[in-house]
Amino acid sequence: MTLMKKTAAELQALLHNGEVSVKEVTEDSFKQIAALDGQVKAFLALTEEEALAKAESLDNAPKEGRGPLFGLPIGIKDNIVTKGTTTTSASKMLENFVPVYDATAVEKVNEAGMVSVGKLNMDEFAMGSTTERSAFQTTHNPWNLDCVPGGSSGGSAAAVAAGEVPFSLGTDTGGSVRQPAAFCGVVGMKPTYGRVSRNGLIAFASSLDQIGPITRTVEDNALLLNAISGVDHRDSSSSPQQVPDFKTALTGDIKGLRIAVPKEYLGEGIAEDVKDKVRASLKVLESLGASIGEVTLPHSKYASPTYYAIATAEASSNLARFDGIRYGYRAEGAKNLDEIYLRSRAEGFGTEVKKRILYGTYALSADHHEELYVKAMKVRTLISQDFASVFDNYDVIVGPTSATTAYEIGGVVENQLTLYANDILTVSVNLAGIPAISIPCGFSKGLPVGLQIIGKHFDEATLYRVAHAFEQATDFHKRTPSIGEGTN
Amino acid sequence: MNFETIVGLEVHVELKTDTKIFSPSPSHYGAEPNMNIHVKDLAYPGTLPTLNKRAVDFGMKASMALNCEVADVMNFDRKHYFYPDNPAAYQISQDKRPVGQHGWIEIEVEGKKKKIRIERVHLEEDAGKLTHSDNGYSLVDLNRQGTPLIEIVTEADIRSPEEAYAFLEKLKAIIQYTGVSDVRMEEGSLRCDANISLRPLGQEEFGTKTELKNLNSFNFVRRGIANEVERQEKILLSGGKIQQETRRYDEATGQTVLMRVKGSANDYRFINDPDLPEIHIDQEWKDRVRAEIPELPDARKARYVQELDLPEYDAHVLTLTKEMSDFFDATVAAGADAKLASNWLMGEVSAYLNAEQKELHGTALTPDGLSSMIKLVADGTISSKIAKKVFKELIETGGNAADIVKEKGLVQISDEGTLRAIVTEVLDANEQSIEDFKNGKDRAVGFLVGQVMKATKGQANPPMVNKILLEEIKKR
Repeated sequence: MTLMKKTAAELQALLHNGEVSVKEVTEDSFKQIAALDGQVKAFLALTEEEALAKAESLDNAPKEGRGPLFGLPIGIKDNIVTKGTTTTSASKMLENFVPVYDATAVEKVNEAGMVSVGKLNMDEFAMGSTTERSAFQTTHNPWNLDCVPGGSSGGSAAAVAAGEVPFSLGTDTGGSVRQPAAFCGVVGMKPTYGRVSRNGLIAFASSLDQIGPITRTVEDNALLLNAISGVDHRDSSSSPQQVPDFKTALTGDIKGLRIAVPKEYLGEGIAEDVKDKVRASLKVLESLGASIGEVTLPHSKYASPTYYAIATAEASSNLARFDGIRYGYRAEGAKNLDEIYLRSRAEGFGTEVKKRILYGTYALSADHHEELYVKAMKVRTLISQDFASVFDNYDVIVGPTSATTAYEIGGVVENQLTLYANDILTVSVNLAGIPAISIPCGFSKGLPVGLQIIGKHFDEATLYRVAHAFEQATDFHKRTPSIGEGTN
Repeated sequence: MNFETIVGLEVHVELKTDTKIFSPSPSHYGAEPNMNIHVKDLAYPGTLPTLNKRAVDFGMKASMALNCEVADVMNFDRKHYFYPDNPAAYQISQDKRPVGQHGWIEIEVEGKKKKIRIERVHLEEDAGKLTHSDNGYSLVDLNRQGTPLIEIVTEADIRSPEEAYAFLEKLKAIIQYTGVSDVRMEEGSLRCDANISLRPLGQEEFGTKTELKNLNSFNFVRRGIANEVERQEKILLSGGKIQQETRRYDEATGQTVLMRVKGSANDYRFINDPDLPEIHIDQEWKDRVRAEIPELPDARKARYVQELDLPEYDAHVLTLTKEMSDFFDATVAAGADAKLASNWLMGEVSAYLNAEQKELHGTALTPDGLSSMIKLVADGTISSKIAKKVFKELIETGGNAADIVKEKGLVQISDEGTLRAIVTEVLDANEQSIEDFKNGKDRAVGFLVGQVMKATKGQANPPMVNKILLEEIKKR
């Protein structure tokens, strides 16, 4: 059996007792990738040589002072820059882009002694929710290879679900960690805005983007968030808030916890099978001593247009730098400066990205700035206030992560209500800047269902406590897709 | 028809912080191309701007010195345009909430004082520099990218080229006093654009304006505006219409030349920069910065007139640059008479600096040196003629006037016996001149004095020579 489906604690014990070496753990990850990734297509780049070299040096390091993630493999979403390793954001625009520096989150996982094995597929510039918008390949859902893994961090979620790596980093601008985690049956956390430095994250929408961990278990997730969190002088939006030891929150005790369930989260557009699993999960939480109350988030119905106005406006600004001058794709044969700009951008960006740049440019244009961008910023405040007033009386909000389970590759979600529901569930959390976690809470037709737990600013600890208690009371996290069976 | 000239200025001033406004690279002038750059200056994917607080201090300081209200809360905005001098394709600037607003500067033109209102002072980053080569390529140097700037925008209060000149002269002095910039136009640390329009006298509504660029000295600003006013006047008088356009001043011809016609205003798609949280400036911060502002030119000028009895004109000239004014203060503090110090600084010293194209700090002259010389003249140790020799020595090699005088034996001869002996010798040798004098030719005295000075290598005390000479002639 592969080591890649073991928890950090289990692997640490094996390493400590000398039953396996860091090199063997690393090699096991590459073996799994070699066996499975032809089907899953989670990785865009592998760094085997560097990883094995690092593993060997870690094996020679003294045993004292090793942290809980020492020697463990991790995959990095390809919009997080890695020094010396191509970082493409899954775009032709950055196809051959080799960064000269490491993102802060990458520095931190390296400092924790983790071994980075490669870069993970995603929707181009994180714009999408299926990984089908990658310029290079579509990732497949390990639970059903005909289905999408979700997105945009589809590669990060699929690699963990398939047992290629036990850890990955994703990014979440409007659900991009949580939704693929839900689709792939793994644990994905979108931390509070400012918890994790964005330095080195190729920006999509700067006021919404956050890097988040994807793992098999809640405990592993907590360990990885601890490793990457903290204030960073290179990111002014990173918060000086104290980072607690999230592991100490994993008490299993949620007696007296006050759970709010917004009626909008179990309303129109949410698939029945998803609703059933969520209701059943609420029962589990209730049986553990939590109380449940229904609430309303009256402005959540505006989440979708608000999100699109702000996210595309910021994206149009952030992506303006890809102009073919200093790095990235440059169209050949351009005759003058305007042609370099026009053709490099026309040829380097995919359709979805261009569409969003156009929306965003429109939202910021002098004639529409007030009615779109400025208005959206005001509604954003109202959406935040909705959450704040719920948190006056409740500790967490619980609902589904996604309106449906994973859908087929190439399929189009035609139901407008489903699309809206998806946005209500995920993007409002980013607009409010609050943390949310998705954990597996059941299966429907062989596909995982995700339970979303949303918390107060900087209260990831409570989310982990609830998620962990639920996990201990259920065994969804122990199930693994059949694709990984029989390897090793 | 008579027209009134309406001018508003936009002045960019580079702040001399050690590092750039949003990156850790050094921001000094004159490095090899692309040596002062950081991944942030290249808008490298994943990089984020981080604010240099010192640039905010400097922006506040300039705003305060220009009598602006300093913001309690300000933020940075992105201003979008594509050009290779601008790696992010947006410039980080301030749109709606600038660091300073509603200020003014008092200027004086032909004895009339006038306040020019300042609409705003905002912080922003400078762009890189392009060099266009003949072979169709352009070279990009991003050393300047990210250098902190303040843009000072006046209200359309300026009514003549002379007022524009006076405004800039005053603005430059004030900024220089605060120490936030070198304000050197030749190094690009002060740049000025002018918005110019005409309206018939008595009309309230402004006419269509043109924007004038490439004004590389205060004189060019004055001449450029004058030329543009002339051009607009001609068009209006012949029944034409002014087109909203950007023009360039051509130094060679003295004419303004069309650069581009402005269609609808550029759409910069301003957006609050989400990478830079808003900045709250509390009273404590404001107080700390205000305490760093030194005495400004107007206050100094008033002090020179009131306390040192200098003429207004002297006070104005001495306070134009902080260096000159500081030098003057130090010279007076070292014991020199204020008016004499002023005379020397405005006369010999300024003439020397102009001739040598130098600034005070580029010479060997010190306030102590100048003061020591002024004192020797005042107590009669040296004549003003000798003083010029001593001055040359002081400004070229430095030192103290007393030492120079001693070393070179330049002490004035004021001993009556010595002088009388020399005078007697000179008279003995020039009997014809005595004759001429007695025949009413006054010039002959001058000749004789000259001969005495010659014989003493210029060291004879001139009033005494005159007196003794006349006494001795009378005796003959």
